[in-house]
Amino acid sequence: MKELLALTALEAHEAMVAGELDASEYAEAWRAAAAGDELNAYLWRDEDGDAPGIAVERPSVAPIAVKDIFCTEGVPTTAGSRILEGYRPPYTATAVRKLIEAGAPILGKTNMDEFAMGSSNENSAYGPVLNPWDRSRVPGGSSGGSAAVVAGGLAPWAIGTDTGGSIRQPAALCGIVGLKPTYGAISRYGMIAFASSLDQCGPFTRTVGDAALLLAILQGRDPCDSTSIGLPEAPRLPDREDLSGLRFAVPAELASDAIEPGVRVVFEATLAKIEGLGGEIAEAPLPHAEHGISAYYVLAPAEASSNLARYDGVRYGMRAPSSGDVIEMYEATRAEGFGAEVKRRIMLGTYALSSGYYDAYYGQAQKVRTKIAGDFKSAFDDFDFVVTPTSPSVAFGLGEKTDDPLAMYLNDFFTVPMSLAGIPAISIPAGLAEPSGGGPQLPVGFQIAAPAFAEQKLLDAAHALEKAIGFDARPQGVPGG
Amino acid sequence: MAELEAVIGLEIHVQLATRTKMFCGCELSFGDEPNVHTCPICLAHPGVLPVVNEQAIHYALKIAAALECEVAPRSIFHRKNYFYPDSPKAYQISQYDIPIAGAGRLGDVRIHRAHLEEDAAKMIHVGESGRIHGSGASLVDFNRGGTPLVEIVTEPDLRSAAEAAAWARLLRETVRQLGVSDVNMEEGSLRVDGNISMRPVGSEELGTKTELKNMNSFRFLERGIEAELVRQRGLIEAGEKVEQETLHFHPEDGSLHPLRSKEEAHDYRYFPEPDLVAIAPTEEMLREARESLPELPAARAQRYQDELDLPEDVAALLAADPETAGYFEQTSKEASGVEPRVVANWVTGELAAALRQEGREASASESKVEPAALASLISMVQEKKISHGSGKTVLAALVAEGGEPATIVEREGLAQISDSGELDSIVAAAIEANPEAAEQIRAGNGKAIGAIVGAVMKETKGRADGGEVNRLIKEKLGD
Amino acid sequence: MIEREQVLHVAKLARLGLSDEEVETMAGELSGILEHVDRIAALDLDDVEPTTHVVELENVVRPDVPHESLSPDVALASAPDPEGGAFRVPSPQAEE
Ligand SMILES: [Mg+2]
Ligand SMILES: [Zn+2]
Repeated sequence: MKELLALTALEAHEAMVAGELDASEYAEAWRAAAAGDELNAYLWRDEDGDAPGIAVERPSVAPIAVKDIFCTEGVPTTAGSRILEGYRPPYTATAVRKLIEAGAPILGKTNMDEFAMGSSNENSAYGPVLNPWDRSRVPGGSSGGSAAVVAGGLAPWAIGTDTGGSIRQPAALCGIVGLKPTYGAISRYGMIAFASSLDQCGPFTRTVGDAALLLAILQGRDPCDSTSIGLPEAPRLPDREDLSGLRFAVPAELASDAIEPGVRVVFEATLAKIEGLGGEIAEAPLPHAEHGISAYYVLAPAEASSNLARYDGVRYGMRAPSSGDVIEMYEATRAEGFGAEVKRRIMLGTYALSSGYYDAYYGQAQKVRTKIAGDFKSAFDDFDFVVTPTSPSVAFGLGEKTDDPLAMYLNDFFTVPMSLAGIPAISIPAGLAEPSGGGPQLPVGFQIAAPAFAEQKLLDAAHALEKAIGFDARPQGVPGG
Repeated sequence: MAELEAVIGLEIHVQLATRTKMFCGCELSFGDEPNVHTCPICLAHPGVLPVVNEQAIHYALKIAAALECEVAPRSIFHRKNYFYPDSPKAYQISQYDIPIAGAGRLGDVRIHRAHLEEDAAKMIHVGESGRIHGSGASLVDFNRGGTPLVEIVTEPDLRSAAEAAAWARLLRETVRQLGVSDVNMEEGSLRVDGNISMRPVGSEELGTKTELKNMNSFRFLERGIEAELVRQRGLIEAGEKVEQETLHFHPEDGSLHPLRSKEEAHDYRYFPEPDLVAIAPTEEMLREARESLPELPAARAQRYQDELDLPEDVAALLAADPETAGYFEQTSKEASGVEPRVVANWVTGELAAALRQEGREASASESKVEPAALASLISMVQEKKISHGSGKTVLAALVAEGGEPATIVEREGLAQISDSGELDSIVAAAIEANPEAAEQIRAGNGKAIGAIVGAVMKETKGRADGGEVNRLIKEKLGD
Repeated sequence: MIEREQVLHVAKLARLGLSDEEVETMAGELSGILEHVDRIAALDLDDVEPTTHVVELENVVRPDVPHESLSPDVALASAPDPEGGAFRVPSPQAEE
């Protein structure tokens, strides 16, 4: 058998079922590995696996790292924000409860951009997460911690959330698999809201098979989430070896020249592999996709401005000292509790909803959303999948884009349209490329999007492609293969 | 200056008597310890989501049916964003541009809309506090927060304070009989605000309106609106302008005070609630609501006028509460051959009076007077077995001890003198005893007859039929 | 272009205290972002239905059955200023 920590979660699971692996010892080994976090990836760890409220009696599934955006009863939950410092929720998120019931010990809570607002993890109130491939670079965001722990050998797998790319982009920048399921596939209950109509929970794993296993645990209709539906049938482990008879669309409009040359090369090579597996490639129009960023940066901040209004220093979380009336208390608390990016988006969203601007911004953005969903619908009339690079670039340097919000937002160029359409999309590692500024090679992600609720088909295709790509690179000192 | 008329519309918040809150499973309560009916959802903890209470939808549809509203095929919820400590999410989930119920009517007032929303929490001001200079502190209790509300908005169809109060009473009775709310104004399960303006009679457009709040009884509602109408009339007649503002009614001295707004900038930034899906009532949901409706006061009063041809006021009086209405219908069923109109008069007149006499607050239905008993009493009087006067005596006895009218008539010997021979001699004797009255009558002074009739009634203890007595006297004194 | 006054007005609505320099930078950044966003204003979408969310469910409800509420001490466990079983706050400016 491979070295313990080199096992995929699926291999470990099968070994446990076969009685060849003691689940508790395995979890213990991972807790020890997690203790060696040098990436600032964990905000809290369950050192001894006995945290009341979330402890698992008898483990039977690989232990897991959970983005700090999921409420965990009695366990610190901050969403990467100062305003929730020391907050211990009185309840546990449905997704986490399902993990615990499945027998997956919770290794810890992972660092993230404050309230999931960011693409680099530099917006965490608790410091940036470092990219395990190059610690001078960002892991991506907002689920940077969850991506880093899996890529960095600090957890076998993890869950995060994706609103406009927050699973797929960090997965790409860290060289692992990240899946954003169809909106409604997994309950949002207990998942701290950023943009309610876009937020979706999903897996970070080393392989597509692991993603399928984790999705099977997480998915399902939840009576606590009126917008949850679950998947038509429980996901099976993907076993497809070829792509014959499948048609892959490359959106003409997204062939943006903002793509790094290295990323483009890997993307082209991956298209060739698809054809090698019998898949068909053709350009397809997604005329409105290019407006995705504009629509997204109206809709998401608008919803966020309302979702984050509850952090007012009255019932939980921090309250800044203030004299005077309750309004002064609100303003002082929110001024001190929120970071710059969160303030920026609250301002943007409040403005977009304020009287006189609603129709021009929020209303118009909702219509663009309709058009983008329509574009995908018609694309899926002729195609099985839409493919793009996950991110226009490989991992960029810490601080490189912090003072240019718009440039930062454009990282989500390829991932936002699928979020707006509510369709599933997966990012798999497709190879390594040199950053435009030069330096050691870094992972490149390949994004595949499918029609709503077509997760099984998506996982099968991604699995076949994964095998053909055979990506087995690992950051320095991380067991793998 | 042209005659002014009042233009009044009402906005009514009805707390639904569901078991649990609008969006979470916390039980509703009144007067419990603070914050014992709270959960992560109604405390707006991070990550929670609302789920609509099925029963609240059913109750809203019952109200819609009772108010003859058009039900929206697909209504949605919005977020009304504002910061205030009684609003834990800092937004209220409320129906905005597509309410569950549209145009309807109750009595002769048109309903503009009725929509579902959630109630705010309670705040108690606790005065100055050491750490907070300038302003005092308040305590927030979230027990009430999230209670289901139906907000009913009328068209400005009311023309006086009294009319407004009377209509509000009709609405209260109607909602109470639906069994969807306690509709208790003192406890706040029924809250009525007024939109008030004035305009020259005959003019069609509306004047500047003020919003009147905090009238927590029907008396205060009427007094508050009256006070505001007087104030507006004064302004207009003095050639001044009515400012659009919200006024708070102070019951202690009947004064009105302008209310400063919660948000100096009133911009609620409404947008569709992304955590909830649309409510699209199915045929079955609508049928269940319709079929669960009892006969409501307005409809019952109409039926009494149309089918039993009772006068409008009597019909309304009987129809107001179902117990009295049932008592009346039972009685007139028993009193076969007697006109419903007559029975109605006995129930709303003599019986009501007799109960008041006895100092009984008890309604007819709760009194000792069985419908059957009252029915036979009324029949006796109708058939002249006893006089109307004796009828009242018997009724008093029935109110006091219940039982059968016949036995009481027997016991008290109240049966009308039917033997005309006996009556004849009593009349003769009375004439003997009052010669001067007799003289005047012969002289053509009809009024004088009263003295002799009185004497006869005294002698017969009211058991004689007045008409018959008059006839005999006139006969004997030949005119 | 977002003016300083607009920034202050929006900050008031959002109950966000901003330092003078935050107001300045915010005005610039919001203007830049909105300039990009304004591209969608040019699109002719008059007869397009807005999408609130992609879920097509209707009538998702729960039965009117009580769940167990939190015990008051748990409900107030994370309150910054609990008092007598309630949440204490500085009073809003007098309403009248
Ligand atoms: Mg209301
Ligand atoms: Zn609750």
